[in-house]
Amino acid sequence: MSELSVKNLHVFRGERHLLRGLGFEVPAGCCLQVVGANGTGKTTLLRVLAGLLEPESLELTFRGQRIPPRDPDYHANLSYLGHDPALKSDFTSAENVSFNVGLRRRVASEDVQSALIRVGAAKFSDRPVRALSAGQRRRVALASLWLTGASLWLLDEPATNLDVAGQGLVASLIQEHLADGGLVMAATHQDLGLPPNQCATLEIGARGVSA
Amino acid sequence: MTAIRTSTIAAAWLVLERDLRLAVRRPAQLIQPLVFFAVVTLLFPLGYTPELGKLRAIAPGVLWVAALLASMLALESLFREDAADGTLEQFVVSGQPLVGLMAAKTLAHWLLTGLPLTLMAPLLGIALGVPVVAMPGILVALMLGTITLSLIGAVGAGLTLGVRRGGVLLSLLTLPLAVPVLIFGARATELAILGESQIGPLYLLSALAVLGITLAPLAAAAAVRIGLE
Repeated sequence: MSELSVKNLHVFRGERHLLRGLGFEVPAGCCLQVVGANGTGKTTLLRVLAGLLEPESLELTFRGQRIPPRDPDYHANLSYLGHDPALKSDFTSAENVSFNVGLRRRVASEDVQSALIRVGAAKFSDRPVRALSAGQRRRVALASLWLTGASLWLLDEPATNLDVAGQGLVASLIQEHLADGGLVMAATHQDLGLPPNQCATLEIGARGVSA
Repeated sequence: MTAIRTSTIAAAWLVLERDLRLAVRRPAQLIQPLVFFAVVTLLFPLGYTPELGKLRAIAPGVLWVAALLASMLALESLFREDAADGTLEQFVVSGQPLVGLMAAKTLAHWLLTGLPLTLMAPLLGIALGVPVVAMPGILVALMLGTITLSLIGAVGAGLTLGVRRGGVLLSLLTLPLAVPVLIFGARATELAILGESQIGPLYLLSALAVLGITLAPLAAAAAVRIGLE
């Protein structure tokens, strides 16, 4: 039984017909890894599913229900991690996480602290983000993602700027999320170390689709 | 995880509080429009005439043009940073109505520029020979006017999101829309200085503010959505 199903997805970017009739299904507890050469539409696909981009056509079903565009309940169930980690440089990591998560759900400061510990950001949690490296910022962004409690994760290159331990952290966060029955769509070429029954690959090619 | 979803009001409050807190951490941005307002207004006694009688005659126009330009100065930064660091994207995917969050951001902008500008106006009025009895009238007029200016500005800032160096375009877009505010605001101020009833222009300023409050957040939210695509 698939939790997320996409059918008949067409996206134009300017004059280019970027995604042509893309369709796929993701069952619960499963990760769909989106791969393809640069510029084939991996980011576009994730942005469409996050509701940031209006597709020309899309039949989206989530948990057995057709999702109309801009459905607040669908959005409350998804968490999107894009290229920019949405952190304010004048705020500390803890302030940033409690704002980003607080927009969606009520969160206690202990939860924020434990999330920062989970992603290995506890050491610099009271430093302004301005003083952090790109990899450290990415870890803070992962803390927000982990804390939202959303069941569908849309991750665009989640391991960018991360060191080896950080890449392992991304993989273990994803595994944990899948074990809880969550769904992940990740545009990454990194090996996530998932057993084959939990992981599928969607290749987006310049020609169109194969899934 | 048992998650209690944040209500729209609570989310808007979070955005408002966050913007105010950010402004406090970098006061330079806060002070800039105020200094601009003061300098422009104080150039007139120096450049035109020190005679209070003559200055009083041009005081309404000077105060309003300076206030309009000062509030424009702060507009560019309204959405720019949030767009650049991905915060606006997170607003859109948060499941909260974007209109509410935009309204909160606009309110924060007014509290940080429009309100201080209004409160500063009586001081600058004295330099232009405005009698003290006229101050309450000027305060009310500017308060109503700057609300509308912030709202118009939010739409303009949303529309110029995707434009590189959109500052000039932003002024070109919003200044014509601000003309009614300028006309009625200056008229209300003039009447206050003359000691006559301001009720006519104040009604019109209030009507513009209500129109802005009703429509501008919707337009700003739509503009931001387009700007992010």
